[in-house]
Formats: sequence, C-alpha cells, structure tokens
Amino acid sequence: MAKKDRSPKLDRRRFLTAAAVAGASGAVSSGKAGAATAGTAEAPARLPSALPPNAHVAAAEAGAPDVPPYASEGRPGSDFMVDVIKTLNIKYLPANPASSYRAIHESLINYGKNSMPEFLTCTHEECGVGIAHGYAKITNKPLMTLCHGTVGLMHATMNVYNAFCDRMPVVILAGNDLDAAHRPPGVPTVHSAQDINAIVRDYTKWDDTPVSAQHFAQSFVRAYQIATTPPYAPVVLSLDDGLATEPVRDFGQKLYIPKFVPTAPPAGEAGAVREAARLLINAERPVIVADRAVNTQRGMNFLVQLAELLQAPMVRERGRLNFPTTHYLGRPASVIAQADVVLGLELTDYWATVNKFVDNNAEGVGTITSTIKLGTKLISIGTLQLMTKANYQEFQRFQSVDVPIAGDVEATLPALIEAVKYALTDDRKNMIGQRGEATRKDHEKGRDATRQAAAIAWDASPISTARLCAEIYAQIKDLDWSLVPSSGDVSGWPLRLWPMDKPYHWTGTSGGYGVGWGCPASVGGALANRDEGRFSVAIQSDGDLMYAPGALWTAARHKIPLLSVMHNNRGYHQEVMHVQRLSNFRNRVANLGNDLGPVGTSIMNPDIEYHKLAQSMGWWAKGPITDPAELGPAIKEAVAVVKSGQPALVNVWTQPR
Amino acid sequence: MQFVRVHLQLAAVAVSLVAPGTALAASAENGKTAYVKNGCWQCHGYEGQGSVTTSAGRVIAGTPLPADAFSAYVRRPSGAMPPFSAAILPDADLADIYAYLEARPKPKSSKDIPLLSGQ
Repeated sequence: MAKKDRSPKLDRRRFLTAAAVAGASGAVSSGKAGAATAGTAEAPARLPSALPPNAHVAAAEAGAPDVPPYASEGRPGSDFMVDVIKTLNIKYLPANPASSYRAIHESLINYGKNSMPEFLTCTHEECGVGIAHGYAKITNKPLMTLCHGTVGLMHATMNVYNAFCDRMPVVILAGNDLDAAHRPPGVPTVHSAQDINAIVRDYTKWDDTPVSAQHFAQSFVRAYQIATTPPYAPVVLSLDDGLATEPVRDFGQKLYIPKFVPTAPPAGEAGAVREAARLLINAERPVIVADRAVNTQRGMNFLVQLAELLQAPMVRERGRLNFPTTHYLGRPASVIAQADVVLGLELTDYWATVNKFVDNNAEGVGTITSTIKLGTKLISIGTLQLMTKANYQEFQRFQSVDVPIAGDVEATLPALIEAVKYALTDDRKNMIGQRGEATRKDHEKGRDATRQAAAIAWDASPISTARLCAEIYAQIKDLDWSLVPSSGDVSGWPLRLWPMDKPYHWTGTSGGYGVGWGCPASVGGALANRDEGRFSVAIQSDGDLMYAPGALWTAARHKIPLLSVMHNNRGYHQEVMHVQRLSNFRNRVANLGNDLGPVGTSIMNPDIEYHKLAQSMGWWAKGPITDPAELGPAIKEAVAVVKSGQPALVNVWTQPR
Repeated sequence: MQFVRVHLQLAAVAVSLVAPGTALAASAENGKTAYVKNGCWQCHGYEGQGSVTTSAGRVIAGTPLPADAFSAYVRRPSGAMPPFSAAILPDADLADIYAYLEARPKPKSSKDIPLLSGQ
C-alpha cells in the first residue's frame, strides 16, 4: 500500500499535502491514519494530506453504505476527477481551452467521451461563465466551467460577479500549479498562484484547494451542493495540475465518490411567518414586492395563490419574472406609496423599494425621499442575511424591517399561505374581495394606457423600442418562446406588452449590471431552451455585444438556435446620459465632438456592422434595419432560420431607450 | 399632475427667460437640430416619446405644457432632469425645441395598430 517511488512527483505531492497541514491538522484525527503511519516507513513524509476518513466518517460522507470503492491504481488523477464530475449530471462545460487544465481537458473528451459534460468551445472565460449563468437562469441547474490559471480566472471575474449578485449557481475549476519546485518555469509559473481562489473569493459562496484525489471528490460534491442550496451562487475549486496529471494515489485507502443529495432549502421560522400572515390579513392596503424571489413554476404558482388570497397588488422588480404579466394584481411600483404593509420577497434592495433617490446634484449628490407612509409595516423574506460576504457592496443600503425572515421564498411561501388561510376570518375575506375588484379595474386601465404609450413614435426612425418589441412578439407569439437573459434596456416593453406567465418567459437582469454579460448569457439561455425544444429570443444591446462577441461563434459552432434582435442605439447610452447630466450640473455645454453623445460615449463614426460581425462567425444576419416597415419581414426571415436550428441576428437601429 | 402644477407656478419666471416674440419666430426644423445637439433625445427619445426608464414615462411630444411653463421647467427642473441654463441652451434654441416638439405628429390610436390592438 505504501508508495514505493521517490520521484520528484512524490515530493511534489508532499509539498501539496504539507500546504494543507496548517488548516487540517487540528481538525482531523483518525485511528486508521495513525495505523497507516505506524506501518509505513515513508508515511510520515506524506501525511497529512487530505487525511483519509475512518470507516464511520467515510460512510457518513458517502451518504450511503452502497458507494463502491473506486479502483484507481495507475490511472490519471484527472480520470478520477471526470468520474466524480459525471456523478453530478452536469450537461455542458463552456470553457476556453488552456494548458493549466490540459490533463482534465484530455480526460473529459477522451476518457469521458465528451459527454456529461459536453465541452463547448468558448473564446473567452467571461463567455464561459456568462453562458453557464444564462443556462442556470432557465434551468436552475449549474454548469461547470474551467478557467486558465490566474489570467483565465481574471478574465472570468466580471461574469462571476454577475452570477454572484444574481444568486445563480456556477461551478468553476481554476487551473493552477501549486508546486513551485516542479512546475514548468516561465508562463505556467506566471499563471500560478499560491491562493488562486482569492481572485474571486469575495464574490463566490465557497472555494477550496484540493490536494488529493479524495479531497477533490469531497470538495467537488460539496461545492455542487453549496452552489445549489439557496441562496444559489458560484463556487470555485483550484484544480492543481500535478494532481490532475499524475496517477491517482489513494494513500492506502480506497477512493470513493461521495453521493450528492440536494439540500432542503432554508424556510422561514414558523412564528415569524405567522406574524407576517397576521399583518398581511389585517392590512387595509397590503402590497407584495418580489425581486429574485421565484425561480420555478411552482414558486410562481405559490405567489399567485398568496396574492389572490390577499387580493394584494403585486409589484415586480427586475430580478425574475416572479408573477404573470397578465394577472390583474400586477401593478406598478407607485402602489407602494399607498401601502400600510409591504411584503418584500428576496429584494435586492429593500431600501430602494421604500425610498427614492434622485440624481439631481442636490448638495453635490442627490435627493432622498421616503416613498412609503409613516407607520407602514415592512416584512421581508429572503436569503440576504445568509450570504455573509462584506467587501463588494451588492447588498445595498441597510433597511430596517419590522418582520425580517431569513429563508428561501419558494420554501417559505407554502407555510405563509397556510398561515394566511388559517387566520383569515369571513369579515376579512369580504373586505379583501372588494379590494380585488378595484385592482382589476386599475389593471385594465393601466394596460390600455401602456398600449397607447407604445403607439407614440410608432413610425419613427430610428425605430422605437416599443415597435421593436411589438414586431418581435408578433413573430414568436404562436411558439413556445423564451426571452432569454440578455442586455437590451428597451424601457421594459416586453414585460409591459408581452403576455408572460412562465418563469422562462423572462428571467431577469444580470445581477451585477456588468456589461459583457448579455451576449454569452443569451447563448446559455438558448442552450437550455434548445434541450426543451423551446424558441429563444434575445434583445441584444450594441455596447454589451462588443465586450464578448465571441459567444456568437460558440452558438454557431455548437448549433444553438437563438434569435438575437439588436437594440442598437449606437452608444453606451447610460454613459451618454451621465456625462450630459454632469455637464449640465456644471453649467457647461457637453462636448459632442462629431458624435451624437458626449465625447467618449458614442459607438459611431464608423458604425459597427453587427450583422457582418455575426455573419463572420457563422450566423445568418441582416441589417442595419432603420425603416420600421422593414423590421417585421426581417424578423420573420430570422425566425425561420432559428426554427431550422441556426442562430440569427437582426441589427436594428433604435431609439435610445 | 404634480409636474404640471409645479411648472405653472414657475411660469412667471419663464416669461422673463424666453424673450417676447421668440416663440413666434421659432422653427421646428431648427428645433430638431437643437433637440439633438443639446441631448434632449437622450432621455426623451428623438420624437419626445419618453421612456419609463429615463423620463419616468413622461411624453413631451406635443408638449402638454404651455411654452412658458415648459421653458421654466427646462431651466429649473424639479425631478431627475438636469437643468439647462441659458448659457447652455439659449432662449432661441429652447423656443425652437418647443416648436419641434409641438410639431411631432399626433400618435395613432393603439386600436388602429394591429400589433398593439391584438395583444
């Protein structure tokens, strides 16, 4: 059982195991390990690696006694890793190839037969993570991606941050080569770090640096479990090149692959849920506000049930669809001003839900006003308090809440619904019923006003964003469609005009608002929809596309059907407005140069021919469309292409928002 | 309603900001150029159609405000809009912009647009 060779590779493993000693030595005590030490002259030099568990611990970690030991002798470490990965049923692996993970790459495509997961070639690590994020938003399942050492993980960071802020799971393996004495000099050393996970630690939920095959198995399954337990978030494991390249060593213990069992999500405490129900039932004007609340149809159905029980107006924020756009209880945020009780469900920013900030340069900053009445009771259900990271400020301003409940919304709603039903008296039922009738009328009036607003500038060129969205919907309305994660800010017209009643009809924004997410995320969403036979459409902004256009090629290469209609306003429009705003605050004429927006904010002179860009990467594409009369026919052509299984892009010159 | 009320109150100020007779000489054609050059389109759209994300959904095409109230608001806005002083936007340009917005075609009824009436 003992190792017999004394090659540098053995020393390399000693180095790695020694690196783990500091963290592990006090915590692990194993009679078996002790026995192994006593019986093996060389053993002290190898210990303590990821110390093998005793039989009891091994059985507990395996989750079931029927997990077979793994026959590993003589096989590459990366083959074992592939066997571990395959137990998680991860369907795809979007990644940019890299030397720092060549061993597992080879195992995945040869030993693993490039199936579960299937490698999808990406042109940038940011694309790999963005595709995984978009996929997760449709399926609620993580993909894994591989990143190339320090530089690859750095490339990936922005979309890791987006996924973190959006509470979506991605499993990341970062290639690394820890052993400074044995790794190749030059580039591989430049691309290595003593703690590579530190690059993303502030915005991942968990990370680890496995130093043995068994350690990898435990940590990979643990990482998957943590990523998929609400609050979802990305996780990262350092993938040591030596561990992946060298033959598997089991250190005298048979390797095993721990069984993955999904964790039951955290639900709100029963007493607090009853108190929330009491407040909601006794409210005259309760309002429900949902943000990243609902990921599944089941969750959406619960939310509809709760809103109908209370006949409470339902305000959608931009994290998820949450609630059908067709439902009469869906109301604009202005109803919050009249509320006496607000139930906030997984709000990204509760403070901004009940306060208003106006960027008007008052006292050099802006004006803040409360948007709720004095005495309004606030309830929250969410997992913000369960994600304890501090550096990045995505948790927003602190808002004091009367009944804060830590828990997953979908897991808590059934208990809240039951508590409401239990406590609802006949008197309150009658009163609540009357409230519903008024809301129904308001809803109809609101829909009429929205349609009329869409009619303004209907024939304008550049094309209005309302017209853009109406023309798209006309071509897809008879299909099982999904507006996949994408970047175009088109004044919310799809949510205002399109009937949406399934979570995949719209899955919300990027989370971190990092530009360069929309294109890869749309490809990831389309990948998920492809497997369901569902039609995918994206509204793609111009600025976003130029950050990571390589995702277009990945879609063509892997035959991912996607209709991408461009919201091309020829500028970084948010910045166009910001620089104009500052110019005005300072009483200066904004310097436009020769462009439409202030210098440095326009994407024109020359205009980018996105349709040609897409064509160059294997897409069917058309544009630029500037005449609204030509838009419908162009989209119709593109829809036919997408139905045949290919991606298609229509480049449309649009109004700014 | 609050929007209108605030600016009617400021109308007296506006009268002094827009020179007498300027509105009469205003040019919608010149106004289009001034509207674009001064960045009005950025939040209000090229046709003054507005946006829920950049102008709180307010439509300025057809300008529901009288000229003086409109001018007063541009000079001293009360909401998120940044102020346009006379040093940035001369009175004559402001009057032209008003003329441009007044000249925007009245929108069709959504009931007469098949893509909207069918949804």
